[in-house]
Amino acid sequence: MEFLKSLVELTLFDYLRQVWGNAAWVEVVLDIIGVVVVSTFCLLVVVFLIWLERKVIARIQDRIGPNRVGGKYGLLQTVADVLKLLSKESFTPADADKPAYNAAPFLIVISALLMWAVLPFAPGVVGVDLNIGLFYILSVSSISVVSLLLAGWGSNNKYALLGAFRSVAQLVSYEVPMILSLVVPILLARSMSTQDIIGAQLVAPFMFVVPLSAIIFFISSLAETGRTPFDLLEAESEIVAGFHTEYSGMKFGMFFLAEFMSTLFMSGLFAVVYWGGWSLPILNMILSLFGVTPIDLSVIAFGRLIGLVVFFVKMFAVYFVYIWIRGTLPRVRVDQLLNFNWKFLVPLTLVLVLVVAVVDKLIPAEMGVLGRAAIHLMTNLLIGFGTIEVLRQSARRKRLLVEEVETAVSHHDDHGHGDHGHDDHGDHAMHGADVVAAH
Amino acid sequence: MAEQIIFVILAVLTIGSALAVVTNRNLFRSALALMVTFLGVAGFYVLLEAGFLAASQLLVYIGAISILIIFAIMMTRRMMQTSEASFNAQWGLGLFAAMVVLVILGFVIGNYWPLAPADMFLQTRTPVSDAVIENSVVELGKAIVSPNAFVLPFELASILLLAALIGSIVVAWPPQEENEA
Amino acid sequence: MIPLSWYLLVAAALFSIGLYGVFARRNAVAILMSVELILNAVNINLVAFWRYRTPEIPSGMVWAIFVLVVAAAEAAVGLALVISIYRNRDSVIAEELDLLKN
Repeated sequence: MEFLKSLVELTLFDYLRQVWGNAAWVEVVLDIIGVVVVSTFCLLVVVFLIWLERKVIARIQDRIGPNRVGGKYGLLQTVADVLKLLSKESFTPADADKPAYNAAPFLIVISALLMWAVLPFAPGVVGVDLNIGLFYILSVSSISVVSLLLAGWGSNNKYALLGAFRSVAQLVSYEVPMILSLVVPILLARSMSTQDIIGAQLVAPFMFVVPLSAIIFFISSLAETGRTPFDLLEAESEIVAGFHTEYSGMKFGMFFLAEFMSTLFMSGLFAVVYWGGWSLPILNMILSLFGVTPIDLSVIAFGRLIGLVVFFVKMFAVYFVYIWIRGTLPRVRVDQLLNFNWKFLVPLTLVLVLVVAVVDKLIPAEMGVLGRAAIHLMTNLLIGFGTIEVLRQSARRKRLLVEEVETAVSHHDDHGHGDHGHDDHGDHAMHGADVVAAH
Repeated sequence: MAEQIIFVILAVLTIGSALAVVTNRNLFRSALALMVTFLGVAGFYVLLEAGFLAASQLLVYIGAISILIIFAIMMTRRMMQTSEASFNAQWGLGLFAAMVVLVILGFVIGNYWPLAPADMFLQTRTPVSDAVIENSVVELGKAIVSPNAFVLPFELASILLLAALIGSIVVAWPPQEENEA
Repeated sequence: MIPLSWYLLVAAALFSIGLYGVFARRNAVAILMSVELILNAVNINLVAFWRYRTPEIPSGMVWAIFVLVVAAAEAAVGLALVISIYRNRDSVIAEELDLLKN
């Protein structure tokens, strides 16, 4: 019992420190153990994620999904797939730029793995609590862009190169709203450390404080991981398989692996930054509304274990939404993708950052955490409704324009249409262009 | 001791890849070497306990500038296949000048910060507590927006970036046909 | 412990290599890459002096960040110029771009 209690109250590392003493080599060995444990978890969880994704997508599409290998639920299907990929020949195209071609899959897995270093799993259970945590995540994730370019160039294949160009344009563009939307929680928490950000959400998750920032982050994380509706990276009908057209066997498997790992990481990050990670912000919010002291998992008994479970539930809930979206939404076009980013998301996020910064400065200190949260929520909703109103206006203008062009074209022969009706020179197309120009 | 070994490895990596940048005939390869150099410099920042700058180095240099350079190389791809020399006629003179600069710099550094252990007083880090280093990001942020420090250069930098953004779009815009209008 | 001069020597070497690249390379993109090397060398010096001399005053880091900003702007404009020149003159060899000379 005493041993069990110590296991729950201490981390495994504290226990090993007690056993091994305080020599210099102990820390190095512990670091290595930590790295091995976290990366093994990341690599193994992908096997489960792929199975989950296939199963959920199948249910959405009214199919059964994997159901043969490994019992009724096809649990071992992915294991069989991985074994197949491992046993395939590691093929390199004859004209490939070999260093670039071979480095790309490793780089992308490294970049996807490095991000996990600052993700907190439970109170005190985090690889390293950097004071620039979120910034570190963003900078490490930008390495993956390089590996896409290497893959596209190294394959010496036009589809791969086109796919790489397209992917890089998408990833670099959507990095901007992602960074800017993360600035908002950083502003509110006064820190870039992931643990501090969780600490700032003890009684109010940022999802309810700055929902707009959360939505923008979610959309841009969809684009950053190349998932539907932004899965142009591998639009088969246009560019075959995108940058990894020429890859096969386990090298292809590594791109696949990195994709799933970074998707799960983005779900985890979303859970940490906007849902409070391992803490219980919604329960605490209700408790503190009734005047009860909020529960801080980092100080109570069994807090680590509860925190771990809470975090995993949140992470997989967000991951489920990713799969849900994949099963629901169609793919956007390239021009829509870039226009949506530069003409809508980036200006909106800039406005949001500006407004949140000013409002946060203006709120008096005696408002308390919940009062602050309420004011932020209100300004966020205002910006949101304002945006929707602006969108509706512009959509109406466009619709009117189209209608007018159509009526102008159809009324052209009987001279019956408003200011433009008397213009009976030129053909229909010319007339339509006049109407458009007049607006 | 471990720190010094890491430093030497980083130095070899950085300088070796920098040499590859200026000597490699294949431009794409030299862009890749440039990325390794940037990574090595980020490593130096980590050794110097400037984590924020190391992350900025990754984000700006590897995530943006290298990508831009590789894009430019790919867009001017035909230039890479020419069999012409990649060095101009005065490369010998250039090498000589660069060596002279290196020797002068080395002489100056050796003079003021001698490697001999007897004169270590200028060589060591000013002793500060870990909290100061931990807090340096906060201090950096405050210094950038403080009217008593760097707010003017900061605003000028933002104008510079805006000008560069607009300027590069205008310059790189495809030439319009004159008779189209 | 690493002496300050080690950092300065590495930075000096990086600077000289970049200088050689600017002098000797013909391709404009290669020259731009060499300029980036020079700017990185300067940044190493700034950060090293910050850490060794005045770790409580962040000026060194601030200037390193400004160098970073200027490098980004320089790369964007420089590469836009390269692409534009390539489009008009079909060449990115620096010494062939001598329209103003004749």
